[in-house]
Formats: sequence, C-alpha cells, structure tokens
Amino acid sequence: MNAKKPIAIAALSLGVSIGLALQAQAGEITVVSWGGAYTKSQIEAYQKPWMAKTGHKIKSVDAPNPAAPIKAQVKAGNVSMDVADLEYSDAVRYCDEGLLEEIDAAALPPAPDGTPATEDFIEGGLTDCAVANIVWATVVAYDASKFPDNQPKTIADFFNVKKFPGKRGLRKGAKPNLEMALMADGVPAGEVYKLLGTPAGVKRAFAKLDAIKKHAVWWEAGAQPPQLLADGEVAMTTAYNGRIFNAAISEDKPFKIVWDGQILDFDLFVIPKGAPNKDLALDFIKFATGTKPLADQARYIPYGPARKSSASLIGTYQDGKTEMAPHMPTAPANMKNALVNNFEFWADRDTELNERFNAWLAAN
Amino acid sequence: MTGAVQQLTTDDGTPLKAALARTGRRARIRALLLVSPLLLFVLVTFAAPIAQMLYLSIHNPVFSDNMPRLSTWLRANPIDDVPGEAAFEALVLDLKEARKKRTHAQVGTRINYERAGSTSLFKSTARRVKKIDGPPYKEQMLAINKAWGELHLWTVMARAAHPHTAAFYAQALDLAFDDKGELTRAPEERRIYLLLFERTVFLSMLITLLCLILGYPVAHLLARLPLRYSNMLMVLVLLPFWTSLLVRTTAWITLLQSQGVLNDLLVFLGLVDDAGRIQMMYNQAGTVIAMTHIMLPFMILPLYSVMKSVPGDFVRAARSLGAGPVTAFVRVYLPQTVPGIGAGALLVFIISVGYYITPALVGGSSGQLISNQIAFHMLTSLNWGLAAALGAILLFGVIVLYWLYDRMIGVDNVKLG
Repeated sequence: MNAKKPIAIAALSLGVSIGLALQAQAGEITVVSWGGAYTKSQIEAYQKPWMAKTGHKIKSVDAPNPAAPIKAQVKAGNVSMDVADLEYSDAVRYCDEGLLEEIDAAALPPAPDGTPATEDFIEGGLTDCAVANIVWATVVAYDASKFPDNQPKTIADFFNVKKFPGKRGLRKGAKPNLEMALMADGVPAGEVYKLLGTPAGVKRAFAKLDAIKKHAVWWEAGAQPPQLLADGEVAMTTAYNGRIFNAAISEDKPFKIVWDGQILDFDLFVIPKGAPNKDLALDFIKFATGTKPLADQARYIPYGPARKSSASLIGTYQDGKTEMAPHMPTAPANMKNALVNNFEFWADRDTELNERFNAWLAAN
Repeated sequence: MTGAVQQLTTDDGTPLKAALARTGRRARIRALLLVSPLLLFVLVTFAAPIAQMLYLSIHNPVFSDNMPRLSTWLRANPIDDVPGEAAFEALVLDLKEARKKRTHAQVGTRINYERAGSTSLFKSTARRVKKIDGPPYKEQMLAINKAWGELHLWTVMARAAHPHTAAFYAQALDLAFDDKGELTRAPEERRIYLLLFERTVFLSMLITLLCLILGYPVAHLLARLPLRYSNMLMVLVLLPFWTSLLVRTTAWITLLQSQGVLNDLLVFLGLVDDAGRIQMMYNQAGTVIAMTHIMLPFMILPLYSVMKSVPGDFVRAARSLGAGPVTAFVRVYLPQTVPGIGAGALLVFIISVGYYITPALVGGSSGQLISNQIAFHMLTSLNWGLAAALGAILLFGVIVLYWLYDRMIGVDNVKLG
C-alpha cells in the first residue's frame, strides 16, 4: 500500500529510462515534453528539421510534468533525459538547487538581423540554466452553445454562477486560481502579487473561490479541460490557450476564449545535470530556439514565440487559412488585462499556499 | 543417571543427534540458497527503498550539511532571542560557501517548509553576502534583509540544524512548532491531514462493506452452480479484474458523469429533468462507486474458494433438524465462511487505504484520499520528507489494524484460496 508512491516514481523513471536503453548508439537524444498537441508542434517545428539537418535522432517522451522525473533521476545519479521542457518556476528552482546544467545565453544564435540572442528574447526568457521557447497563457474558455444570448466577457463572469450558470473547470492547485480570483474581484493585474503576499489578500482570494467551489470540477492535465467542455461536463473552464484553440479550430468545437485576466507563463528548455548527451542536447536547444523554428512552432499551436524576431514570421495554421497572430496570447488585443506569472512569488509561497489550498479543497 | 543412557551413534561413530543436525542444516542451507534470488530481489527492490524512504521522514541533513558553522553554533546555544555577532558570522561564512557550491537554494527550500518566504530570503541574501568581508556581521545582514532579525526564522533554523527532525511527522499530524519549540495545533486553515486520514479509513471501510454485501451472494452462487455454468460466470468476475485499471476508471467516468450514460437514461425515462442531473462523479460517491467495482474481485475470489469447500450437507442437515432458512444460514453456513470474509475484507481494506489513481480521477475534491496528498508531495511539491512521514503513518495504521484483526478474528483464520 505504502509502496505505491515509490512505485509510481519508479514507473515514471522507468518509462523514461526505456528511452535511454533504446539510444545506445551515438547521435540520439531524449527530449521530454508535455504530450498532446504541444509535443506534436515541437516535433514538427523543432525535432524533424533538426534531425534532417544534423542526421541525429530524437526520442520524444511525454510526461504529465517533465519536471517530476528530473529530481529523482539527478539525485539517483542515473539521468536518462537530455532535454526537458519545464515551466518557469521549476526551471528556476531546479537551477538554484543545482539540478540543471548551465546554458550560456551568449552562445545562442543571434536573430536574422544580427540582434544578439540576449536582446532578442522577451524579457525573462533567458535564465542561467534555461532557454524559453514559448509564452503560453492560462485563460478562461467557454462553450458558446451554453450561453447563446449573453456570453461571458470578463474574468469576473467566470466567478458569477448566477449570471452564467453551469459547472466550472479549474486547475487543481493554488496557482493560478488565486491570481484569477483576485483579478475577478477587481484587483488590477499589477497589484495581484503584492496583495497575495498579505494574509488579507490570500483570504480575499479564497473567499472569491468559495463562490464557485460547489460548482467546480478540478482538472490536472492540460488535455482535460477541452475534454470536460466537449463532454458538457462544464460550461466554462480555465485552460491552456493552445489546447482550446486546437479543439476549436481542428475539431470544430464551439469553444471561445475570454481574453481577460489570463496568466502568462514561459516554457523553457533545460538540460538536466549529468545528461548523457549534453553537447547534442545543447545543439538541439540552440537550433530549436532559433528565430525560424520558434515562428514555425506557432503555426501548429498558438503559443507565442519567445523571440521578438519570430513574431513577424508567424504564418497561418496548418489548415492554410486561419491567421495565427490574433490567437497568440501575446497579441496586443489580448494583452489588455494580462498578468505575467511571478515565479519568485511562487518559489517562496508555493508550499504554504498549496497546503492551504489543499486544506480548503479537502474540507467540505 | 545421564551416563547410564547409551548414546546413539551412526556407523562411523558420530552421535546421531549431531548427524541429524548436520543433514538438517544442509537441507536448510539448500532451501535458503533456492529462495535467495527472490529474497535478494525483494530486499533490494522493495525492502531497502521503503526503509530508505521511511528514513527520509526523520532525516533531513540539508541544513546541517550545507551550513556547518551555523549548525554547530545553533546546536551548542539555545535560541530564546535573536542571537548576536557569533551566530551571524557563522551565517555569513556558511552562506558565502553555499553560494559557491550552489546549495543555498536547497537550504532555503528546507527552511521554507516551515517558514514561508525563506527561499527568496536565502537566494537574495546569498547574492549580496559576498560584499560583507568583516564585522559587524549582524548589522550588515539586517541591512540586506531585516527578516534576519526575526525570532521565528532563528527557531526554525535551530531545529533544522539537527539532521534528525520530527517536523515532518508534526506536519503530517496537523501540528506545528511555536517559537518556544512546543507543539501546537496548526492554524485552522492549514489543517488537512488528520481529516484525510479519517476520511481514508472511513471510505475504505465503506467500500469493504459494500464489496462484502455485493460479493457474498455472487460468491455463493458461483460456488453452488454446476461447474460449466460457474466457469462462465467466473470469467465475468475475472474479466474486469484483468482489464486495465485506467480503462475501468475511465469507463465509470463515461457512465456516471452528468452528461453520461446513466444520467441520460434517467432523463430519457423522465425520472429527473435535464437541469436536475445527478452528480455521481467528482465527489465521494464517485470514489466509492468506482473503487467498489474495482475491489469486488478481491472480495469474491477468497469468498468463493472458501465457500467451495463448505459441504452443502450441513445446511441440509440443519434444515432437516427444523432450522428455518435464516437460522440455518446464520448459525451454520455463515460461520463456515468467516475465513473467506476475513481474507476478502482484509485484502479490500488494505488495498483501498493506499489507493491513489481512482480517487485522483473520479474523486473531485471531497473524494480525495490521503494517498493523493502523498503523491502530491512526491511529485509536485517534492517535499519527500513529508510524503515519507505520511506514508509511514499510513503503514503504521495498517499494521495496527492488522494486529487488531489478528487479536479479534485471528489471522490463521484467513484463507486466500
């Protein structure tokens, strides 16, 4: 019974280590990412062109959160992955704890017009150990067929079950529900983290969440919210914007995004300390975070490229007709009331607020 | 008197007792050699990792290893107020070194378990501490961040200076240390684990009871039918048992969700209207329904094997001697199936207590069990000490229940097949 947890970890690392066993010959790296449409976009835009250019192979592995196996593997001294795609807070925390190789930002290729990489990346996109590839957003999305007359327009509408009846999908965790709750309560984006640093702010956020607790369905993996919407299990949900776009455009679902009160976040490539093919991994990261591959990726999923020079190269979706630019979380029209995730805040308060969130959730 | 008894010997003159002991020993060693691969396998892959994991719950040397000077000072001096120069000098020297070795963030994370805000405090201070190259240390540290003058921080560090800690067990029992180092209950909005332990035990018992009520007649039917029918029915019991857990759980989601098969049927029959669809999923009901189904074979199989060996003559004899059907069942049949009930109930309960994936998928918020928190701390918060403490408490609880069961019913009575 009690053995279940270590076994779960072992199974997870085993899944990744099988990748290692298969890559005995030189010239193959293991890249771990989040799966679904997101991994597919990375395979099309980064991995296939890199393989064609260099002749090396890539073993692509999916994980619910690629950060989870890293700590276990590095601590056990048995690292089987070469590149992982992490969230900002994990990338910074792991770097500080010495679990990642450092990556020299100056060695990254410059933009086509010669702008050095250190200036080409969006502010915050380069850290000591990580190189950002995309900017993504947690947004509120709804099923338009459930609200034929009066459609939700603001983050406050998400918390208003009287005016917009129906179940709500939320991520099971303190982040980013607390931020969204405060914004829905009328707190301007710029003051959210300051307020959340105070006991009164935390109390206010939970009080706001209380309003929809009875109507909430909690999701954990990014693939769940579009499924919940499609099943009619919820009328409105928080979700990653790319997943909603994919369901709406390629599966023709009546899903719409409320571009108000969304939370922006980076995803970054890292190399775990002791990766078996460190040099190839670095070469892959340099290639993948170049101007063109980043712009290409945006053609498969609407996550904003982390390089400024990529923005003008973004084309149409793979269906050939949908312009991608307006669907980007970084598009000016979508940025009117957006909050950038504050990883420093979460590095400090993660333990405390998640504990409190879990207690709040478990209490009836 | 002893010398009077002739000692028995073998042909070559060795005492028979010694010869027998030698052959016995040889047989035992041979037997041990035969099982040694399995024994070794179990030790290496099961016992050792669990022991190591459990050790994590009381042992966390991150602070004492990486802040050696300060730890030595803290162990030697009781903290009842913010300390003076000596402690701050040790702090500055240790932080400089930790910064060089990139361990300062781990240290901050360790302190952050008990004092929110410590991660950034250690990180930002470590960045600026290299400027301090002489006394007064305390004054300069307070200038970098006035949090260093906080008594609570120092009491937390003083406890972390000992590599062995009770902090994880305290937290797992919803307790916290106050500034005087005494245990108090955690603030109300952070109490969670006792509630979850209680809920886990309650729901597991409920599931065990439901499995017994549902499984008993099925097992009886299986045991009484002629072989060719019972084999067919047995396949129906075993088929879900052989099906992947995730598939079965997902199937229940399809059936029970508010737009699911069961609700659609109820709406179609007019039993509920479209707005009043019943919430059978993402709450405790979901956990109980799905887990009862998943656990049923673990109840039916031991019951079946016991019932199979109960001769039908006894019940017939009881009836012919004038017992009614109820009396015959309660006084004659039921007592003979107790070993099966015991085995099934014990199996179902113990597996349920540690169940994790089904509650995570269908339990919503109110149907979460303690194992979901353990998984959270293993995989997401990476606080392995707390996860280990929670796991150890769960393991201890199961052992106590097993012992109680042994005292009340007797483990010898359990028959698994």
